[in-house]
Amino acid sequence: MTGLLAALTLQAGYNATLVTLGAALLGLAAGATGTFLFLRKRALVADAVAHATLPGVGLAFLAMVALGGDGRSLPGLLIGSAVTAGLGLLVMEWIARRTRLAEDAAIGAVLGSFFGLGVVLLTVIQTMSAGRQAGLEGFLLGSTAGMLFQDGLVIAAGGTAAVLATWLLRRPMTLVAFDPGYAAALGYDVRRIDLAMMGLVMAVTVIGLKVVGLILIVAMLIIPTVTARFWTQRAGRVVWIAGAIGGLSGYLGAAISASAPALPTGPIIVLMAAGAFVLSLFFAPVRGVLASALRHRRFQARVHRRQGLLALARHDPIREPFTLRLLRREGLIRPDGVATDRGRAQAARVLREERRWAEARSLHQDTGLTGRYDGLTPIEEVFTPDEIAEIDRRLGRPFAVPGGV
Amino acid sequence: MGAEFVQFSLTPMLIGALAAIACALPGNFLILRRQALIGDAISHVVLPGIVVAFLLTGTVAALPMLIGAAGAAVVAVVLIEGVRRLGRIEPGAAMGVVFTTLFAGGVLLLEQSDTSSVHLDVEHALMGNLESLIWLGASGWGSLADPAALAQLPPELGRMALVAAIIGLLTAVFWRWLKIATFDEGFARTLGIPAAGVGFGLVITSAVAAVAAFDAVGSIIVIAMFICPPAAARLMTNRLGVQVAWSLGFAVLSAVLGYVLAGYGPLWLGATGAVSAAGMIAIVSGVILGLACVYGPHRARQGAAAEPAGR
Amino acid sequence: MTPGPLSVAAQDGRLLDSGAPPPDSPLAIRGLTVSYGERPAVFSVDATFPARAMSAIIGPNGAGKSTLLKAALGVIPRVTGEVRVFGTPVERARDRIAYVPQRASVDWDFPTTVIDVVQMGLYRKVGLLGRMSGAQTRRAQDCLARVGMADFAPRQIGQLSGGQQQRVFLARALAQDADLYLLDEPFAGVDAATERAIVEVLKLLRAQGKAVVAVHHDLSTVRGYFDHVFLINTRRIAEGPVATTFTAANLHATYGGRLAVAQLDALALAGAVP
Repeated sequence: MTGLLAALTLQAGYNATLVTLGAALLGLAAGATGTFLFLRKRALVADAVAHATLPGVGLAFLAMVALGGDGRSLPGLLIGSAVTAGLGLLVMEWIARRTRLAEDAAIGAVLGSFFGLGVVLLTVIQTMSAGRQAGLEGFLLGSTAGMLFQDGLVIAAGGTAAVLATWLLRRPMTLVAFDPGYAAALGYDVRRIDLAMMGLVMAVTVIGLKVVGLILIVAMLIIPTVTARFWTQRAGRVVWIAGAIGGLSGYLGAAISASAPALPTGPIIVLMAAGAFVLSLFFAPVRGVLASALRHRRFQARVHRRQGLLALARHDPIREPFTLRLLRREGLIRPDGVATDRGRAQAARVLREERRWAEARSLHQDTGLTGRYDGLTPIEEVFTPDEIAEIDRRLGRPFAVPGGV
Repeated sequence: MGAEFVQFSLTPMLIGALAAIACALPGNFLILRRQALIGDAISHVVLPGIVVAFLLTGTVAALPMLIGAAGAAVVAVVLIEGVRRLGRIEPGAAMGVVFTTLFAGGVLLLEQSDTSSVHLDVEHALMGNLESLIWLGASGWGSLADPAALAQLPPELGRMALVAAIIGLLTAVFWRWLKIATFDEGFARTLGIPAAGVGFGLVITSAVAAVAAFDAVGSIIVIAMFICPPAAARLMTNRLGVQVAWSLGFAVLSAVLGYVLAGYGPLWLGATGAVSAAGMIAIVSGVILGLACVYGPHRARQGAAAEPAGR
Repeated sequence: MTPGPLSVAAQDGRLLDSGAPPPDSPLAIRGLTVSYGERPAVFSVDATFPARAMSAIIGPNGAGKSTLLKAALGVIPRVTGEVRVFGTPVERARDRIAYVPQRASVDWDFPTTVIDVVQMGLYRKVGLLGRMSGAQTRRAQDCLARVGMADFAPRQIGQLSGGQQQRVFLARALAQDADLYLLDEPFAGVDAATERAIVEVLKLLRAQGKAVVAVHHDLSTVRGYFDHVFLINTRRIAEGPVATTFTAANLHATYGGRLAVAQLDALALAGAVP
């Protein structure tokens, strides 16, 4: 427990501190960037980009060894991974644009074959440097254990740069993500902004390789955004809520991971974000599962109550059991199905509403108003009291329920 | 090319080809339904499945692993559908949330269990180990008629053949349902065909294919097998039956050529040793798709030629 | 992120209404409510379509025309309501129904041929594995000929024009050999020749004693094509014979809006509306 406290307060040593800060920045940048990706409905493009980094890592290692280097320099490996990730992105766009194949097929094709190439290169490296551990497998699942101080610096600096870039590009990216047509009309070059967005995704992926690993980095781009959507519908807010969830997951995940052995950084960070997602899925106030289930029950009851009252007003038999149960429970009909006084009164009100609506529709030709005649919208929500008074005047005398149709 | 081929190359090639067939068959329909990435999601959850199976049984025997992987695949499919409907989240994002979370859980469990024997299995699960599925009991082509040698065939071969056969049979039996539920789901329903059930059955079948194949070619390269051969086949023809036939051809070609290149390619280049056969198979399938994208006779979209559809 | 149609809870199909639906009606709907999210798209609708007639479902965009048809067929779930086809629940009357969905509802890039699509209309009869008999193959070809597309049988469906796509869908419905034909916007975006051809086929069906119900949006052709109209704008506005129901007053009540008024004036001038 003291270990965790130390890690949370950044007292667990230079490396752990750098990783924790780096992970928080990475999470922030990934959450915000992922929002734009998600809004462009391209969430899983990130998955292909991530898998396409593997051959780059392998090639960079081979190139650095061929040049007489050690091959394990993190910046070199990251540059290599960015090159093949970018290539994968281009191939994906080319397939989706030039052929009849849909984007999902293009994503899967690039993901599978680039990863295959990466695996082949890893086996080449294994046979080549027999005895010498290249440790490139660490990029699959991320591994912060035994990381060098310089590597920590690279990650922290990269995270900072990614956050800054997201901040600078937030306005055009928000515009393009929500309304590309409008953005184009305002004079933004949508294609270039899309490219910048994909560039940011690539940057986040590459920085995240060492911490989270290429298989899980996509989670950092998707989960915070999807979670944030439960809490707000407003464009700008989704970005920053997602950033906050991502940043917090990164910070907590890295700290917890540093506090004990056998707690791999990447999975812990992802599980933190997933926990936030599950909580939001069920308990978010408007879009959460509980809230919508309650709303649905209310809606269903409204439909059945209204249809039942209409039937009462028109002296039609009610045969739908749920409607009967509902009306009985609310004391609108007696157990034998006959309307109570209260039921008759409400039925009269429903019938009056129906007549008012019918009159309103012949009176007003504005479909924006009369289009709300959906059986449930109270007329008072659409028309002013004066207008309703006018409608009532045209309807003539008030009527009681045994009026029939 | 005789005894040695039968001993070391025949069975891995056969297993690779059967795995490719088992994945490519449902892959054809996944692509047409714009669900290609279900394969991606399923193959990622294989790892948590085998980890849980290991933790529960304490062994690394094949059967519990397969059951664990299949269970995880079904759980993932159900979760994706649940998250999509309950949270009203688009399918791609729902998949992304579910499979990464399950994968992260799998890795964490694995680290916690801290067993080196399973450590080996992570790489195995991700990258496959086709090269090790050799037929040591064989002494030449004659062994194909020798019961004693046949008894020593790697069990993966029988398993993969069985799964490929079942998937082939299911595809044939439900051909009409698959076709109409994919082309026109609303019309299928008015015929009384359970279109939603057909879709779910397809996904479950894909999960079975992925689980059977991960053992041989590794879970992530399974994705290439789901997508590349059918996608390339789509660019060769405008008939569904012909497309499926092409996809099977491409699948077998990828498996055989990929295995040969992985085994002998380095030798031809003057190097020693071999590279990952599963990885090479994925590369070959990707190259085939690339060629189809450039030269396929039906590579261009046609629906666009018609006037924009009215509402 | 548009929510799909939500089944609030499948009630058991019975309802509250003005009496049981008449058993001789090819399609009778009682108390049907369908919602997307928390807004009814169709609310408490009763409808009774007549036999041996061509009926049009008419209303403004977004008024629930297609929704009514799809919910009646069970393609999308209902909140509540009852649907009877020739007096039996729709699920037990599948063999008597043929359906022509909106042309835009499918991917025309699907790898299949024209004759293949028409044969899909026979899938219920041939089952999963049954062989298509010679007579059935000829029947599919014959249905294509009836819509003037006999020469297109081996074509890939992606090569068809909008009008040709619509004819192929109609041929598929003909292959179903049903007693009730339900069509969703059969004339949307088709050329004049196709429209004439489709109307001829539908009139022939009526002459054979079949019932035709079509979602329709072109007010100027209602009188020429149809016998019966059903006016809807989330609620049922009116239904009955064209002569007495397709009136300016009912159209005003259905459409509202100034644009529609201008259209109605034009229709009145053209003599389409009394």
